[in-house]
Amino acid sequence: MDKTNNMTTGKVAGIIANLVFVEVDGPVHQNEICYINLSGTMLMAEVIKVMGTQAYVQVFESTRGLKINDTVEFTGHMLEVTLGPGILSKNFDGLQNDLDKMEGVFLKRGEHTNPLEDDKLWAFKPIAKPGDIVIAGSWLGEVKENWMPHKIMVPFKLEEKFTVKSIVKEGEYKINDTIAVITDSKGKEINVTMVQKWPVKIPIKAYKEKPRPFKLLETGVRVIDTLNPIAEGGTGFIPGPFGTGKTVLQHSLSKQADADMIIVAACGERANEVVEIFSEFPELDDPRTGRKLMERTTIIANTSNMPVAAREASVYTAMTLAEYYRAMGLKVLMLADSTSRWAQALREMSNRMEELPGQDAFPMDLPAIISNFYSRAGFVYLNNGASGSITFIGTVSPAGGNLKEPVTESTKKAARCFYALSQQRADSKRYPAIDPLDSYSKYAEYPEVEEYFIKNIEPEWPEKIRVARDILIRGREVAEQINILGDDGVPIDYHERFWKAEVIDFIILQQDAFDKIDCSTSLERQRYMLTSVLNIYNTKFTFETFEEVASFFKRIINQMKQMNYSEFKSEKYIKNEKELFTIIDERKIA
Amino acid sequence: METKAFQKIYTKLSQITKATCSLKATNIGYEEMAIVHGRLAQVVKIIGDNVTLQIFSGTEGIPTNAEVIFLGRPPVLKVSEELSGRFFNAYGEPIDGGQEIDGEERQIGGPSVNPVRRKQPSEFIPTGIAGIDLNNALVTGQKIPFFADPDQPYNQVMAMVALRADADKIILGGMGLTNDDYLYYKNVFENAGALDRIISFVNTTENPPVERLLVPDMALTAAEYFAVDKNQKVLVLLTDMTLYADALSIVSNRMDQIPSKDSMPGSLYSDLAKIYEKAVQFPDGGSITIIAVTSLSGGDITHAIPDNTGYITEGQLFLRKDTDIGKVIVDPFRSLSRLKQLVIGKKTRADHPQVMNAAIRLYADAANAKTKLENGFDLTDYDERTLQFAKDYSDKLLAIDVNIEVDSMLSACWDLFNKYFKPAEVGIKQEFVDKYWPKN
Repeated sequence: MDKTNNMTTGKVAGIIANLVFVEVDGPVHQNEICYINLSGTMLMAEVIKVMGTQAYVQVFESTRGLKINDTVEFTGHMLEVTLGPGILSKNFDGLQNDLDKMEGVFLKRGEHTNPLEDDKLWAFKPIAKPGDIVIAGSWLGEVKENWMPHKIMVPFKLEEKFTVKSIVKEGEYKINDTIAVITDSKGKEINVTMVQKWPVKIPIKAYKEKPRPFKLLETGVRVIDTLNPIAEGGTGFIPGPFGTGKTVLQHSLSKQADADMIIVAACGERANEVVEIFSEFPELDDPRTGRKLMERTTIIANTSNMPVAAREASVYTAMTLAEYYRAMGLKVLMLADSTSRWAQALREMSNRMEELPGQDAFPMDLPAIISNFYSRAGFVYLNNGASGSITFIGTVSPAGGNLKEPVTESTKKAARCFYALSQQRADSKRYPAIDPLDSYSKYAEYPEVEEYFIKNIEPEWPEKIRVARDILIRGREVAEQINILGDDGVPIDYHERFWKAEVIDFIILQQDAFDKIDCSTSLERQRYMLTSVLNIYNTKFTFETFEEVASFFKRIINQMKQMNYSEFKSEKYIKNEKELFTIIDERKIA
Repeated sequence: METKAFQKIYTKLSQITKATCSLKATNIGYEEMAIVHGRLAQVVKIIGDNVTLQIFSGTEGIPTNAEVIFLGRPPVLKVSEELSGRFFNAYGEPIDGGQEIDGEERQIGGPSVNPVRRKQPSEFIPTGIAGIDLNNALVTGQKIPFFADPDQPYNQVMAMVALRADADKIILGGMGLTNDDYLYYKNVFENAGALDRIISFVNTTENPPVERLLVPDMALTAAEYFAVDKNQKVLVLLTDMTLYADALSIVSNRMDQIPSKDSMPGSLYSDLAKIYEKAVQFPDGGSITIIAVTSLSGGDITHAIPDNTGYITEGQLFLRKDTDIGKVIVDPFRSLSRLKQLVIGKKTRADHPQVMNAAIRLYADAANAKTKLENGFDLTDYDERTLQFAKDYSDKLLAIDVNIEVDSMLSACWDLFNKYFKPAEVGIKQEFVDKYWPKN
C-alpha cells in the first residue's frame, strides 16, 4: 500500500453513532485510515466495509456534531504503529498516542501526539559492518533504552536481501537521523533511520522458526509455577466472574514475572486500575534487576470510557510492540485485560453494520479472530540465531460468570494454559482464586518442558507435581464425603487426608498478593515449600478424635503461614520452621 | 426552551415510531438537540438528508406536520454555584419552583479524563457503618453500587452514607424514583440541614422512561464542574441504574438493534462504563465518587445489568436481612470494595486488613457450621463457638445501624476474638496478636 500522490477524499453521507458512511471519489483500501474534518478537528477512522462508492468507516472518537458533507481525507495506509527507541515506560492510548503529551485534564477529540521523541539523542553502537548482507529484522546497531539493548533493525517492510553500504560511527543520534544506508540487488539505496512503521493487524514475521515452547516462565505465583506452569512464549488465559481477582493476578504477573519487558494492554477496563500501574510501577523495584518496574513496562491504556473502536485497535497495537521487541531477542510478557471487552467492541460494530449475528450477537468470525491473535505470541529463533519470545496472557470476563459463552469458548480453543478463577474460592477469600484442578497447562505435558524441569529444578519435580495434584483431588473427594456423611460419619484418617490437602491449599495455593514477601516466590523456594508440604503428607500421625485432626493441622497451617511471611531462610524463617518441626513431632509416629 | 429568529422550522415528518421520528433536513450535527412539537429530542441517526430524532418523552400524539426546530447544539447544562440546593428534571430545568440557573453552558456527556491525569484514589471515606468501613472501605474517586432486591432499604442506606460521608457536594441522580422515594430523599436532606450542599436531578416514575437517559450525564456534568473547577469532593448518588439500563434497551429496541444477552443492547457495557468511569480522583484534591444502586430481580447477579456493572465498578455492596438478629446487615461474603486495599492498614490502623480477613473467615466457618446443623450433624466445640461469634459479629459490627469509628470496630473484633477463640484459631500475624490481643 504505497502512498499515491492523488489521495482519495470523500464526504460524509451518513452517521450512526461511530459508524460513518463516506462517499468517496477514488480507490480506498479495506482497513485504510482516514481523517474526518469536523470543523477543523481531525477525527481518525478506519475503513471496515466498502459498498459501491460508499466506504463504511468506524470512527475512533465521538462523532458528536458531525454533519453530512463534512470532508474526509484518506491516508493510503492501514493503522500503523511507530517503532523505535523510546517506547519503554510510555503510557500510550490504543492508537499509540503518548498520553503524557496530551494537554489538559480531559482527552480532546482529534488530538494526536507523537509516540516517540524526535529530538532526543540516543547513544548508538553499530553492530553490522559495511558489506554485510542483511534482511528485514537484521540488527544494524543498538541503543540503550532504560539500560535495555534496543536493537535498530532493517525495516520489516523491506522484502529482499540488502547489502550494508555504510553505517554511522558510534555516537549520539536522533531517531530520524540516517544511521545506515543499505542497497538492494539493483543497487538502489535505502536510508535506514531508528524509526519504522508497521500496520498493527499484520504479524511481524522477521524470524527463522517458531519451535514449541520448552522453557518455564517464572511468574512467582505458586499456583501457576508449581501446578500449572506457563512456558516462555506460551499463551494462557484467565477467565473469571467479577470479583474473583483477575486484575490483581494480572498485576502480580506484571510485577514479578521473569521477563525483559512487560506490555500491559488495559483494554476496556477500569481507569483506576491503570492509574494503579502508573503510580506504583515507577516506585516498585524490579526484583531481578533492582531497577524500577516502570523501566521495563509499556502501557497501552484504552480504558472502558475511552472510544470503543480504539479498544479493538489497542490489543493489536500492544501485540505489534511486543513483536518488535521480540525481534530484538528479548523475552516479552504481554498481558491484556480484558479480551472480552475487545470482543464486545467487535460486537458493537458488527451490530451497527447490521451483520447477521452469531451466538450472543457476537460476529460470526469471533473464534477465528481470537485464535489468530493468540497465534502471534510464541518463542522464536531469529535469523541470527538469537531467541526471543512473547508470552501472552489474556483475561476473559465471561458474562454472568458462565464459561460457556462465546468469548471464553473461543479463547479456550486458542490458549494453551487455562487459569480458572473460581467464585467459590474467591468467596472464601482463598486468593489467588485459581482453581488448581479445573485449571490446566498443556505445557506441563510437553516432554521438552518436563525435561527442562528435570534439568533446572530437580529430577523428582514432575512426579512431585503429580502427587500434589492427587492429594488435592483426594482432599476434594473426602471433603464432599464429610459434607454428606458428617464429621463423625467418616473414619478419622479421612479427616487427616482432608487436612493434608488443606495444607497444600493454604500454604502453596493461597498467596497474599499484598504482602511484601509472600507476593512473589522464587522457584527455589517453591521447590523447598512443595517438598516440605509433601514431607508432612508422607508423615504418619496419630489422632484420637477428628477434632484433634483439625486443630493440629490448623496449627501447622498457622505455623507455615508465618514462614510464608518471612524472608526465605532468614532467622525468623528458620525459627518458625523449628517450631513447625516441634508441632509435627507432637503427633508423629516414629 | 429558547428559539432563535433565524432558525429554520421544519414541518414535515416522514416517519414516526414509538420513540423516534424522521424528517428531511440539512446541515444537522450528530447528537444535536431539537424540539419536536414542543418536546425535546436528539439526533440519533443521519443518512443523507434523512434525520432520525429520538423524542425523550415519547411520540404519543405527534402529528406528521409537527413543528421541528433544531437547536444547533448537543444537550447542555448551565453550571454555577447556583446549582447548590436545587432540584432539577432530566433536562436540567428547575422543578422546585425556583428560578432558572444562571451559568456557563456545558455539554453533557463530555470527554473522558486522560488516565495519566488521574491520581490514584487514596482518601478513606468513613461512613460509620462497620459493614462498609471495616470490611469494604470506600475511597474517594471510587464507583460502587449496591446490588439490592427491591424490598431492601437501599435508598435509606444510601442517604445515610451520603450524609455521613464528608463530601463538599452530594449530587443525586434519580432515575425512575417513585415519588415517595423522591420525597424521602428530599426530607432526609432537608432535615439534616444539608440542602445547601445537595443538588438533585430527578426523573420519577411519573416521567417518561427515556428521559432517564439524560439524568446520569446531567448529574455528572454538575459533578465535574464542582470537582474540576472548584476542587471539591463530590459524591454522586445514582439510583436506580437498572431502570436506566431498561431505558437503554427500550431505545435500542425501537431503533431495531439486535439485542444481546437479556435483551439488552450490545453496547450496554460501554454505555454503563461511560457513566461510572466519571468517578475520578484529581491531583488537585477534587474528586467524584459514585455510589449507585442496581436493583436485582430475585438476587440474580448473572443478569446482564448487574453482571456488566460488576465488571465496571470497583466492587459492590450487598445488603441482607440477618434473621438471627433481626436486622439488615452488609453481607460480608458477597460485598467487596476493590479499592479498600489502598486505605486499610494505611489510612487506618495497621492491623485492619488482617483483622478484617480473620473475622470474615471465622464468619464463613460459622456459615459452614450452620449448614452442618441444618443437615442434622453434631457440632464440634469450635463450631459452637463460631456460631456464637457470628451472632455477636453480625449484631455489633455488620448491622447497618452501627455508627462507630474504625478503631472501635477493630477493638470490637479483637474483643470478640478473645471471647470465643485462641490466637492460633484466628491466624493473625504474631506481631498484631502481641499488640492487640486483649490481656485478661
